[in-house]
Amino acid sequence: MSLAWVQHLMLAPVLLPLLCGALLILVNERHHQRKFVINLISTVSLLVVSLVLLQLSDGEFWTDGIGVYLSANWAAPFGVVLLIDRLSAVMLLLTSALALASLVFSMTRWSRIGVHFHSLFQFLLMGINGAFLTNDLFNLFVFFEVMLAASYGLVLHGYNGVRIRAGMQYIVINLIASFFFLIGVALIYATAGTLNMTDLAVRVSTLEADELVLLKVGVTILALAFLTKSAMWPLGFWLPTTYAAASPPVAAMMVLMTKIGVYVVLRLWLLVFSEGAAAGFGFGALLWGGLATLAFGTIGLLASQEPGRMAGYAAVVSSGTLLAAVGYGQPSLIGAALFYLISSTLAVSAFLLLIELIERIRTPSAAMLALTMEAFAVEDSPEEPVGVAIPGALAFLGLSLAGCALVITGLPPLSGFIAKFGLLHALLNPGPGGGSGMVTWVLLVLVVLSGLAGIISLMRFGVRTFWAAKNVTPPRLQLAEVMPVSLLLLLCVMLTVKAGPAMDYLERSAASLHQPETYVQRVLFEPVVLREAIEGERP
Amino acid sequence: MEAILSISIGVMFGSGVWLVLRPRTFQVITGLLLISYAVNLFIFIMGRLSVNLPPLTLGEGVIDPALYADPLPQALVLTAIVIGFATTALFLVVMIGARGLTGTDHVDGKESDK
Repeated sequence: MSLAWVQHLMLAPVLLPLLCGALLILVNERHHQRKFVINLISTVSLLVVSLVLLQLSDGEFWTDGIGVYLSANWAAPFGVVLLIDRLSAVMLLLTSALALASLVFSMTRWSRIGVHFHSLFQFLLMGINGAFLTNDLFNLFVFFEVMLAASYGLVLHGYNGVRIRAGMQYIVINLIASFFFLIGVALIYATAGTLNMTDLAVRVSTLEADELVLLKVGVTILALAFLTKSAMWPLGFWLPTTYAAASPPVAAMMVLMTKIGVYVVLRLWLLVFSEGAAAGFGFGALLWGGLATLAFGTIGLLASQEPGRMAGYAAVVSSGTLLAAVGYGQPSLIGAALFYLISSTLAVSAFLLLIELIERIRTPSAAMLALTMEAFAVEDSPEEPVGVAIPGALAFLGLSLAGCALVITGLPPLSGFIAKFGLLHALLNPGPGGGSGMVTWVLLVLVVLSGLAGIISLMRFGVRTFWAAKNVTPPRLQLAEVMPVSLLLLLCVMLTVKAGPAMDYLERSAASLHQPETYVQRVLFEPVVLREAIEGERP
Repeated sequence: MEAILSISIGVMFGSGVWLVLRPRTFQVITGLLLISYAVNLFIFIMGRLSVNLPPLTLGEGVIDPALYADPLPQALVLTAIVIGFATTALFLVVMIGARGLTGTDHVDGKESDK
C-alpha cells in the first residue's frame, strides 16, 4: 500500500467544503459575488473529485472496488475508518451535481436574502459527504450533526414567519432524533464493544443470546433516527411543511438529505443483518413501514394543492418505495432501487426549483420575497432581476414541468419509467431471498398507484397554472435560474440514454453490498502505513 | 448503585418527554435539556459502572483491562455534550426569533383557540 495522492483524495469531499466554508465566513457579505465564486469553485472541484472517485471505485485501483482510509493511521476497529465503494461514490456524485444546480440557482437572489448562505451550504456538503464516506457509527453521528446544524441554518435562511414555524418543528424533531441516535450508539457499544460498522458485522455472531436482544434494541433505536430523516410513516409528518417553507435551493438539497437515511439503513442492514446470527432482523418492519409510507405519500400527493407540499409528498413516496425495496430483501431489487433513488432525487429537486419560477406566473413581482427582505432588514436589497427575458419562457416552464412529472410518476420515455420498470421486473421475477406472494402484490399495486396519484396531482397543477389561469403573464427568467433546472432534467435524460451502463454499475454496487465478508476482509485487514515504508520512498 | 442511576435517568428522560410535549417553547427547550442530560448519563454508564478505577494508561507489559475504566464512553460523552450544547444554543436563538416575529411563545406561532 503506497501513500499515493489518490489515496488521500478520499478526504477531499470532507476537507474541501470544511476549509472553503470556514474561509467564506471571513469574506464580508457585501462581496457576495466573490463569495459565490469561491463557493462555485469548491463545488465544481467536488464534482470533479467525485467523478474521479467514481472511476477509481469501479476500476482496479482498489481491491474489490473498496477504498479504505485509516485516519491517523490507526488500524481498523480502533481508529475511525473512511470507506468508499461504488455506492458511496455514486452518492457523492449525486450530491455534488445537485449542489452545483442549487448553488447556481441561488445566485440571482436566494443566496442574498440572509447572511452566511455560502458557508452553511459548504458545511451542509461536508456533513452529507462525510455521512456517505464514514464507516464508524459515532463518526456518522458527528457528520449527521454537522449536516443538521447547517440545514437548520439553511431552512431558516431568509427569516420569515412561515420558515420560523416550520423550522422550529424541524429542529425539535431532529434534535430528539439525534438523542435517539446517541442512545442507539451507546447500546451498540455496550453490547458489541465496537462502533466500526464492519467490525460490528463480525461481532454480532459472537454475541450471547441476551446480548443479542439488547443489540437489536440498540439498532432499532438507532434506526429510528435514520427513519425520521427518511420520513418513514409515522415519523415523517414534518417533511412536507418543511419543504414547502424552505427557500427553493435549500429545499432541493433537502431532498438529498432524506435519501441519506435510506442510504445508512441500506448499508448497515446489508452489512450486519444479511447473514450470521441476526440474519433477517428488521427487514419485515422496513418493508411494512415502507409500504405505509408509500400509501401515506400517495394519499398526501392526491390531497395537496400547493406545489411545495406536492414535492414534499413526492419525496415521501420515493422514500417509501426505497425503504420497502430494502426491506423486501431480494438482492436483484436493490440495483433497480438505486436507479430509482438517483432518478427520483434529480426530478424532485428539479421540481422544487421549478416551482419558484412557475409561481411567478401567478405573482409577477416577487411579493413574498419583498416581505422577507423587510423582516430581515437587508439594506442593499438585490436588484429585481432585470432578466434577459428568455423567449418562450412559458414553453420552457411547461416542458420542464412535464419532464419532472414524467420522471416523478415513472411514465415513459424518461428515466423514471426505466427505474419503475426495473423495480416491477425484479418483483415479478423473484430470485433467491424474495418475499412472499401477497406482499409482492401489495408493493406492486402501491408503486403503480403512487405513480397514478402523481400523474393526477401534477397534471391538475399543470392545467390550473398554464391553461385554466385567468391572466398568464410570461415571467422573466434569468439564465442562472433556467440552467440548473435544465441541468437536472438533462441528467435524467442522460440516465435514460445511458440506462444500460448506469444500471450495470448500480447492479455491481448492489452485488458488492450483498457480500459483507468482502468488506470485513478489506476493512479489518487493511494494513497501517509503516514509517519505514514512507522513509524508504523518499529519495 | 445501578438501581439509583437507572431510576434517575428514567425519571429525567420521562420528565423531558413530558416537557417537550408541552405547548410553550420554554418548556420544550427545558425538556430537550433534560433529555440530553439523561442521554449523556446513559452513554457514560455504558462503559459499565466502576468506582476508583483509572482510565486506561499505557503501562509496562500486558495490562488487565478489568483494572481500568473504559475510556471510550468518556470520549463519546464529551463529544455528545459539546454537540448537544451547540444545537440547544441554536434552538434558543430560533426560539427568541420566533417570539419576536410571532409575538407569542406558543410552539405553533399562535395561541390555540379555546
